[in-house]
Amino acid sequence: MKLSIINGHLIDPSNQINAKQNLYIDQGRIVSIGRQPEGFTSDHSINASNLVICPGLIDLSARLRERGQHNTASIASETKAAIKGGITTLCIAPDHDPIIDSPATVDLIEGQVTRAGQANVHTIGALTQGLQGELLSEMLALKQAGCLGLSNGPKTIKNTLILRRAMEYAATLDLTLFIKASDPWLQAQGCIHEGVVSSRLGLGGIPEAAETIAIARDLSLIEQTGVNAHFHSISSGKTINMIKDAQNRGLPITADVSPYHLHLTEHDIGNYDSQSHVIPPLRSTRDREQLQQAVKDGIITVISSHHRPLDNDAKLGPFAETEPGISGLESLLSLTLKLAQGEELPLQQAIACLTQNPAQVLGIDAGHLSLGAKADICIIDPKADSECQPENFISAGKNSPFDGWHFDYDVAYTLLNGQIAYQKG
Amino acid sequence: MSRHQLTESGQLKHFLTIEGLKRDLLTDIMDRAEQFSSISGRQVKKVPLLRGKTIMNLFFENSTRTRTTFELAAKRLSADVMNLNINTSATSKGESLLDTLHNLQAMHTDMFVVRHNQSGAAEFIAQHVAPHVSVINAGDGCHAHPTQAMLDMFTIRRHKGHFPDLRVAIVGDILHSRVARSQIQALSTLGVGEIRVIGPKTLLPADSQTLGVHVYHNMAAGLKDVDVIITLRLQFERMQGALIPSAQEYFANYGLTEDKLKFAKPDAIVMHPGPINRGVEIASAVADGPQSVILEQVTHGIAVRMAVMSMTLGSHSEQQEVNA
Repeated sequence: MKLSIINGHLIDPSNQINAKQNLYIDQGRIVSIGRQPEGFTSDHSINASNLVICPGLIDLSARLRERGQHNTASIASETKAAIKGGITTLCIAPDHDPIIDSPATVDLIEGQVTRAGQANVHTIGALTQGLQGELLSEMLALKQAGCLGLSNGPKTIKNTLILRRAMEYAATLDLTLFIKASDPWLQAQGCIHEGVVSSRLGLGGIPEAAETIAIARDLSLIEQTGVNAHFHSISSGKTINMIKDAQNRGLPITADVSPYHLHLTEHDIGNYDSQSHVIPPLRSTRDREQLQQAVKDGIITVISSHHRPLDNDAKLGPFAETEPGISGLESLLSLTLKLAQGEELPLQQAIACLTQNPAQVLGIDAGHLSLGAKADICIIDPKADSECQPENFISAGKNSPFDGWHFDYDVAYTLLNGQIAYQKG
Repeated sequence: MSRHQLTESGQLKHFLTIEGLKRDLLTDIMDRAEQFSSISGRQVKKVPLLRGKTIMNLFFENSTRTRTTFELAAKRLSADVMNLNINTSATSKGESLLDTLHNLQAMHTDMFVVRHNQSGAAEFIAQHVAPHVSVINAGDGCHAHPTQAMLDMFTIRRHKGHFPDLRVAIVGDILHSRVARSQIQALSTLGVGEIRVIGPKTLLPADSQTLGVHVYHNMAAGLKDVDVIITLRLQFERMQGALIPSAQEYFANYGLTEDKLKFAKPDAIVMHPGPINRGVEIASAVADGPQSVILEQVTHGIAVRMAVMSMTLGSHSEQQEVNA
């Protein structure tokens, strides 16, 4: 199938293109940018005038299927949701059901992904067996099976000696570590940021030190072992300087932030709104400002959905008893580009946080629209004037605090392998 | 602040938290309680205000005093009252809490008096009951205990009168205390001159000053010239969480003894929401002493709860009249 996308504004951060350009696609690959190749007759043409064309989004961390009664999501439902969100590649965190700690599980997931036929899916393997933080997983086997990195999911490895060994072994195999940093002791009794709102509502607080202490510990071991590491879901402003200093010292580290930490604060919990119950917790207004600034400054280079689809019952109860998490695949693009509206964050840089930069973290050939590249493409309507309606999410999880939010930017088309996989109705 | 507890015309529909309520309303509660408190002295201690209404005391956490005074208050208002003690382990999930609630509601309950170990539970229940049902928070986790706060305000008013002239000190485990949070909100709303909290840093909430209080860690400084001292119960499990070293050390530092009482004004009153740990947060000599109003608080609990119950259930009939 030959496809042309004409009259659109192409933004491809990898190739530093930010201009009106036509794209020509044949057999799932980009065959020309700008001029129509000789003898090319398109079977289908998308008129993208007034639309923005960018690489398909890459999401570094999503949960697609977890253990527990509150999870009706499946790889099929969630990859379809991803496509609607303009995401063509995503990574499954290892706290999957079953836990991704053996090549057999990787194979199983790959089979399900192929049958679903939606987005490209990469697996992040478990750093320790069963994520128990005790025995190393068979990292070589996981790497050979296709895992792009390793992580202990939401479970912090308490024993620093085991963490050090795990980092050394991962470094030996040149595997990147994905870390959600939190001190388990300081986090244990909390469900929201320790501060004004926790004091008012009488809810257990998680101090920012839960993040800074864990990051400080991990940075020391990263420096010692030389492992490549990526920090997931930074929530506190204080952490940013620690990451910046480490980057300046030449440590091989990157970091991401969720769209909800960039838009919401502890105050959005209001009067026990369980939709805003997330871990790490939404922090202060100052933290949110510092996170936005860190994205602008290029200290945090990736914005990831940290998608966690939950059924309605999971959010129904007294706040501390509800499950934390937000269904985020279908609002990742709109929320990220909302930050570019004030023009403090250039649109091209915002798009890089969703495409080029996560591809670099994963070390994969994706997230760009070079000649010959796979035609995984997101076409954006910058004047969509749409409203966030979680009840209409394709994802099995309708859990979102962004109900009713107004979005200018929204996905108009998603192309996977040069085929139109989603078109906004 | 709960958006659910007032009707459109500003009447009390539920009573979930003091936060967001106006001074006039709190004064109204106390004025009504004054009227009801005379009933308790009569030969026939009953008024027919809530005759035919069904009230369920839904206690997911143990309580003797609060449950009993709510029960007495309901009976003195001529309501039918049921006590249900529900083991929280059997309803640790949200959906079963809702199921419990819906089942009891199907028995044509008019009011739930709820105590629960989770902050926000009363608010959650109020969001999910039928429109004609009222919910009164009898204590939710570490969040609020508004009827306790109101009976404390009632007691303070009886003894001290004008709130703006007063200095009030709350001593002890503020961090885990729903009573303290509601008291602070009530005292602020009533315009008390100064509210102080006294305790070790381990038992004070983060950013305490944002609650509108002055923070003290020392009894001599914190109690200086105060008119009212409220001591809070110290839960024995606090030693487990490494919050304090021992009950003895706590008593030495923060226990209200006759000596420490001398820092306050000579006519200061001493209050405690009960139950008391003698020799931990308060010395027996003080608890039973001339400045103690602890047992009065218990008595006032009935009148205040009668006031709140009649006001919340009354809001429905007013609402119906408006709609008619």
